[in-house]
Amino acid sequence: MALTMEPKDICQIVVDSGLRGRGGGGFPAGKKWMQVLSQPNPIKYVVCNGDEGDPGAFMDRSIMEGDPHKVIEGMLISGFATGAHEGYIYVRAEYPLAVNRLEKAIQQATEYGLLGDNILGSGFSFNIHISQGAGAFVCGEGSALTASIEGERGMPRVKPPRTVEKGLFECPTVLNNVETFANIPIIILNGAEEYKKYGIKNNSGTKVFALTGNVVNTGLIEVPMGTTLKEVIFDIGGGIPKGKEFKAVQIGGPSGGCLIFDDKHLNLPLSFDSLESVGAMIGSGGMVVMDEDTCMVEVARFFMSFTQRESCGKCIPCREGTKRMLDILEKITAGNGTLEDLDLLYEIADTVKNTALCGLGKTASNPVLSTLEYFYDEYLAHVKDKVCPAKICKGLATITIDTSMCKGCSKCARTCPVGAISGKIKEPYVIDNNKCIKCGACIEACPFKAIKEV
Amino acid sequence: MGGTMIIDGRKVKYTNQKNILSVIRDAGIDLPTFCYHSELSIYGACRMCTVETSTGKIIATCSEVPRDGMEIYTNSPRIRKYRKMILELLLSNHDRDCTVCERTGKCQLQKLAKRYGINRIRFNQLIEEQEVDNSSPSIIRNPNKCIKCGDCVMVCDEIQGVGALGFTHRGTEVQIKPAFNKKLSETNCVNCGQCRIVCPTAAITIRNETQKVWDAIYDKNTRVIAQIAPAVRVALGEEFGMKPGEVTIGKIASILRKIGVDEVYDTALSADLTVMEESNEFLERFSNNENLPLFTSCCPAWVKFAENKYPELIKNISTCKSPQQMFGAVAREYYNKKDKEDGQKTFIVSIMPCTAKKAEAARPEFTHDGVREVDVVLTTQELAIMIKEIGINFQDVEEESLDMPFGIASGAGIIFGTTGGVTEAVLRRLLKDKFGKDDCEIIFNSVRGLDAVKEASVEVDGKVINIAVVHGLKDADSLIKQIKKGEKHYDLVEVMACKGGCIAGGGQPVPRIITKETRALRAAGLYNIDKTKLIKSSDENYIIKNIYEDILKDNNHILHVK
Repeated sequence: MALTMEPKDICQIVVDSGLRGRGGGGFPAGKKWMQVLSQPNPIKYVVCNGDEGDPGAFMDRSIMEGDPHKVIEGMLISGFATGAHEGYIYVRAEYPLAVNRLEKAIQQATEYGLLGDNILGSGFSFNIHISQGAGAFVCGEGSALTASIEGERGMPRVKPPRTVEKGLFECPTVLNNVETFANIPIIILNGAEEYKKYGIKNNSGTKVFALTGNVVNTGLIEVPMGTTLKEVIFDIGGGIPKGKEFKAVQIGGPSGGCLIFDDKHLNLPLSFDSLESVGAMIGSGGMVVMDEDTCMVEVARFFMSFTQRESCGKCIPCREGTKRMLDILEKITAGNGTLEDLDLLYEIADTVKNTALCGLGKTASNPVLSTLEYFYDEYLAHVKDKVCPAKICKGLATITIDTSMCKGCSKCARTCPVGAISGKIKEPYVIDNNKCIKCGACIEACPFKAIKEV
Repeated sequence: MGGTMIIDGRKVKYTNQKNILSVIRDAGIDLPTFCYHSELSIYGACRMCTVETSTGKIIATCSEVPRDGMEIYTNSPRIRKYRKMILELLLSNHDRDCTVCERTGKCQLQKLAKRYGINRIRFNQLIEEQEVDNSSPSIIRNPNKCIKCGDCVMVCDEIQGVGALGFTHRGTEVQIKPAFNKKLSETNCVNCGQCRIVCPTAAITIRNETQKVWDAIYDKNTRVIAQIAPAVRVALGEEFGMKPGEVTIGKIASILRKIGVDEVYDTALSADLTVMEESNEFLERFSNNENLPLFTSCCPAWVKFAENKYPELIKNISTCKSPQQMFGAVAREYYNKKDKEDGQKTFIVSIMPCTAKKAEAARPEFTHDGVREVDVVLTTQELAIMIKEIGINFQDVEEESLDMPFGIASGAGIIFGTTGGVTEAVLRRLLKDKFGKDDCEIIFNSVRGLDAVKEASVEVDGKVINIAVVHGLKDADSLIKQIKKGEKHYDLVEVMACKGGCIAGGGQPVPRIITKETRALRAAGLYNIDKTKLIKSSDENYIIKNIYEDILKDNNHILHVK
């Protein structure tokens, strides 16, 4: 159907549908296509971003593996609408099944004359190539992705020029993610108005989220944009298991922010704009639910260790800043943090967020900034009181022997690998917490359950 | 496409500046950068040039085009805080042994740290000490001082087309080094030293060989003679507060004598010899129509580049030794006799604007019976180090003249130091009968200046000679590709590896901001010397005649590489 339409009209339908980039940026897809269409360069490209790198996220994978033809169709329409004849799907090599099925789908589409030269006699030709990533998270960033396809080091470059002007091989490029392309066929088939029936103003359609963590029902969910967090977590997700309290939800992958249990956050309709206003983001749609037993400092440390490892090392704030933030978070979770460290942590996070070159760096601070904002008390407990309220940070644990329960059997002292426990037989034993490495071996060894972590 | 921006509350007009950074700098605000060089592509990694807009957005000015009515703040509280933090982060992972660092006082990192008042570093040093690469005869690479700004990678790739350096690893572990962990000497590095010019710290420095010269000077049985390349005299002054292009040859002669050098000579004289030999060689090839185009051979970085990439072109490269080596060959011949008479040993030092000259002098074809034609090559930068060490007040030094018999050069020999100079020098000889006429000036002007490729056609004895002049190896590479494809036809091609020629060599003082203007000023310095010279053409230099008659006799082959 699309092949009988005018390219400009197709772009207009996508504009009217209000479809926004599902990769996380939320840039209006139709606007992007229009911009590429208006570029005078005769060579243009369509690139599909399938480098889904967020831990625990597999929305794009499910589409590529489950319905690869939808992506191919979306790309084909995009190529026709913008004047491109070559398309690339950049898939991470860790998705061999997706690669396999995409290859098969491309082959099938070619056999049916839906790809290749003079598609269905329209005079329009379009080919799709698959390019495999080599495991770098940063290659999900647009300019790093195109550099990677070109065979260059996967490092983001400065913008402007934007990808729509100079993208792949320096040519105008439509770069959308898997889920965005997968939305295109329905929009063209049913029209913009039908599509807009789903979702809310400025955020139309549906979005797939990966719901994980301390929630009863985990897995992929597709909900209309604008659904509230409360509905997602408590209705669809079925709430928190084992009757525990909900503590926070981390949205948007490793560089998303943590939101808390209050009316403002939980009644927040899920949209690109609303989440950004509270320091989180939709990202590619990762959603990690955390219960009361979660240490938020440890959460920040975990995500920072991921982004720090995945920083490409190009710009100074991200290269050096993520490492230093991680160091401080490690210091705090090990029980050696100070109040000055909290100020310094904020200072680095603020600098990195505002000065980093690409999206990875600009958002790398989100887990730190959002936890500092909503869980400052927990940080204070770690550095001032030297306590981890959730009892997660081993470095802050204190192990004591209940003298009323200890029978003085010496089993603990014999088990301790560092000789931190001493005492006389048949008298209560004591632990030297300066020597103790919090391994917990004594707790397991004690036949009288006299040893506890507090 | 001009307009008006509001910078720090002040209206600033802009015209065709390609980014906001240039507008800000043209407005007299020295916005800091590490990774920005106007002639390289925009890398955008240091984030020092960020400013705050009136809406509170933080933008990097190197990559943003100016827009009419845009309002920005270059020193807002946030910007100052971020800049300080970036500097602190950089310093925290930097080898901070400033007191014994060669770049101290001239290091961009040190300068900015001082400018922004960084007086403490709240982070411990994490980086493991890495091995210093001192395999190259020309430059030393110290990764411990590298801030990964990428300037060297870009200049090597984008301007020189060599690509000897690249990035490895990622995150905090990112490193800049040759591929496959090779040493620089094992790569296709041509020793041009342009990486050292753009490096903001001491991660890439010149191999310092001043001690060898001191040793020779202090040895009573050694006669130390020095040759000074043309380009040195128009740049050395920059190390002592003078402007680019100010001529300091008289001071150099005087200072070298104070340092203890026995005789001070001019490489421009052996450039005259090169003109004689190369024009003869050209005319012979031209009339026989063999191995054309003739490529010049004075630039060792270019010769190495050709050997690496176009070995099939070696037969097209002139067999003439470079002026440095011609000087060495002739001086050895001259002093061998003297050495035998007075029992002294002659030690030949050349002062060059070039790091590749160090590698050239060390090539096996320039060593005979274990004796090098040139014993040590010092760069302009190293000469400055020696001058500072002995504590001479450069400004007050009286000018002296050079020594004889190798102290007089023609204007043609002098302009060798800039792009187009070799060609013009050869043309002055070939077009001798027309010299001084208007059309001749037009031809000379067409090979002057800083355009990437300059072309000229001249008629000699009724035949048209097509000439090209190119500088910067990347541009040379594209020209060679065009020649090989048959798209371009030349008889003579002058290649200088560095943009601008020797005046912008890797051994020159590092300008505060590397721009075309610095090169143009240095080149103008050479043309100014040329103007004052009574002898304009190499063949009119009577010293040359003496050299041919007294020293070379029938020994011309020592001026060529076989």
